[in-house]
Amino acid sequence: MIPFDQLLVQAINGIVTGMILALVASGLTLIFGIMDVVNFAHGELFMLGAYVGTTIFVTTGSFWVALLGACLTLAALGAALQITTLRPLLGRDPLTTILATFGISLVLQNYALWQYGPVPRKITEPITGHFQLFHIEYPWYRLLIALLSALIIGGLWLFMKYGTYGIWIRATTQDRLMASAMGIPVPWVHTGVFAIGAAMAAASGVLFGPLVGVNHAMGFDFTLRAFVVVVVGGMGNLGGSILASIFLSLLEAFASLWVSPAQAVIVSFVVLILTLLFRPTGLFVPTPK
Amino acid sequence: MTRRGLAGPAGYWVGFVVVLGLLTVAPLVLPEFWRRFVTEILIWGLLAMSSDLLIGYTGMVSFGHSVFFGLGMYGTAAALLALGPPNLWLALASGLVSAAVVAAFVAYFATRLRDIYFAITTLVFSQIFYVIIFTWTDVTGGENGLTFSQPPFSLPGLWSGRFTPVTLHWFVLAVVTLSYLGLRRITQSPFGMVLQSIRENEARTRAIGYHVERYKIVAVMLSGLFAGLAGVLYAIQNKFAAPDFVLFLVSGEAVIFNVMGGMGTLVGPVAGAAFFLVLREAFSRFFPEYYLIPVGVIFTLMVVFLPQGLLGFLRRRLNA
Repeated sequence: MIPFDQLLVQAINGIVTGMILALVASGLTLIFGIMDVVNFAHGELFMLGAYVGTTIFVTTGSFWVALLGACLTLAALGAALQITTLRPLLGRDPLTTILATFGISLVLQNYALWQYGPVPRKITEPITGHFQLFHIEYPWYRLLIALLSALIIGGLWLFMKYGTYGIWIRATTQDRLMASAMGIPVPWVHTGVFAIGAAMAAASGVLFGPLVGVNHAMGFDFTLRAFVVVVVGGMGNLGGSILASIFLSLLEAFASLWVSPAQAVIVSFVVLILTLLFRPTGLFVPTPK
Repeated sequence: MTRRGLAGPAGYWVGFVVVLGLLTVAPLVLPEFWRRFVTEILIWGLLAMSSDLLIGYTGMVSFGHSVFFGLGMYGTAAALLALGPPNLWLALASGLVSAAVVAAFVAYFATRLRDIYFAITTLVFSQIFYVIIFTWTDVTGGENGLTFSQPPFSLPGLWSGRFTPVTLHWFVLAVVTLSYLGLRRITQSPFGMVLQSIRENEARTRAIGYHVERYKIVAVMLSGLFAGLAGVLYAIQNKFAAPDFVLFLVSGEAVIFNVMGGMGTLVGPVAGAAFFLVLREAFSRFFPEYYLIPVGVIFTLMVVFLPQGLLGFLRRRLNA
């Protein structure tokens, strides 16, 4: 029998990683929902964001400047990538976007390996305090991550709901042709959405950096997990992705009480396969009529 | 397009014989390094052709072919390590059976989904098997994989002896050529026509009355079987099975071969594999470990500007 305190610690861990994952996945789901693009390079944007964060952190010494700088840099990179490779593919088979973003992910991952080397880099967390949770010292920083992720996602939601550009984005999702007829610059909305998604990936990369150390291979892991989350939550559904992130992270956290973390990943995969078989529209969306 | 099989245009068969002849004499004239290189192109070409059956002919992009390839390798290793004296044909059978079992499993689940969902599911399945193989150290050797000695080359009643680089090349060439002819026959059979019809318009194919799911399951299983065969050949050539070959990068390479060479041509993906390996060889002289940067750039440019691939312009003639 697993003692209660261990279960509680794992539950908190699960929620914290779940919020990071939710931040990555909401960028992915935003891009998919609006552009029909499955961004295979999303994890690489996350990884590159973390690296840019370490570089800025080393020069300025401020975590918050690093966070902001990484978001802006990756937003610019995302916009450039969208304009050069995805815009020409608009109107072609959505599968070609998987291939194109897969090519981008190869380039970015190996660029990071070349530029930063195989040794993981550290970002120091902005607050180092701990609080007592049963017999262990639990870092405040982890709770801060969950809070910041929630704030960023909440900000995105408000922007989409009330901001003028947010309304443009939603209009483009609903009817691309009509939006363009109403004078909305659809190609630039796509570019903007990709930039926002990239910035969110970068933010999660910087926030996650202090927990594991930044390395070039962390991206692929997150691409896969974000895919699983987005499918389980219902493609293009923001609320569903967030719930699915927390749900799957909790499952993995509890599973890792019994098996190694490497094997705990299989739990998510099994949930994905069951979802696809029995409820392919996603677990956390209303049943379609 | 209407003429099929052996009745096809003479030009195609002349080309076929010339290429086969060149590949047959290649090991006799090439230096050691390039001899091995050509053999490898053939093996990766077989993997590429197997995934072309799905990507090019059925319109399903599989990002999980590494699992079939890898299981072919581990099946071979199992037969050579566990079962009596090493026997080439037993190893081949064991590799094929392992790949086929996994292919049946993956096919059953993944074919219920379409497009990107299919791609993601195949990717996830290959990761599941990767994690199992990587962590189940007692049986699979974990990170280090399994090594074994090469089985002797025996043709019952005809020939028996050790593999030399030249006979190994001929063995691989024979297997790959027979697989090519088999795959070509499959794509031109009524079954293959249904697959192409699924690619063009799945809803209409179903409306005509074909049981689309069954066709897809068989397509994935056949594709997995040939990918497993490629894995068997690779294992015999290199005398090991390693978890790296179950990792998704190998699946990604199979997709790259298809896009670079030209999907839906069978020959194109082999050319794509050759092109990729030549690029890798050339770039790794300049950037030893980062050859994927220029290769990735070329790949992305080809997706955008040359979606037909290198041999796409020959598509009609190659399928004639």
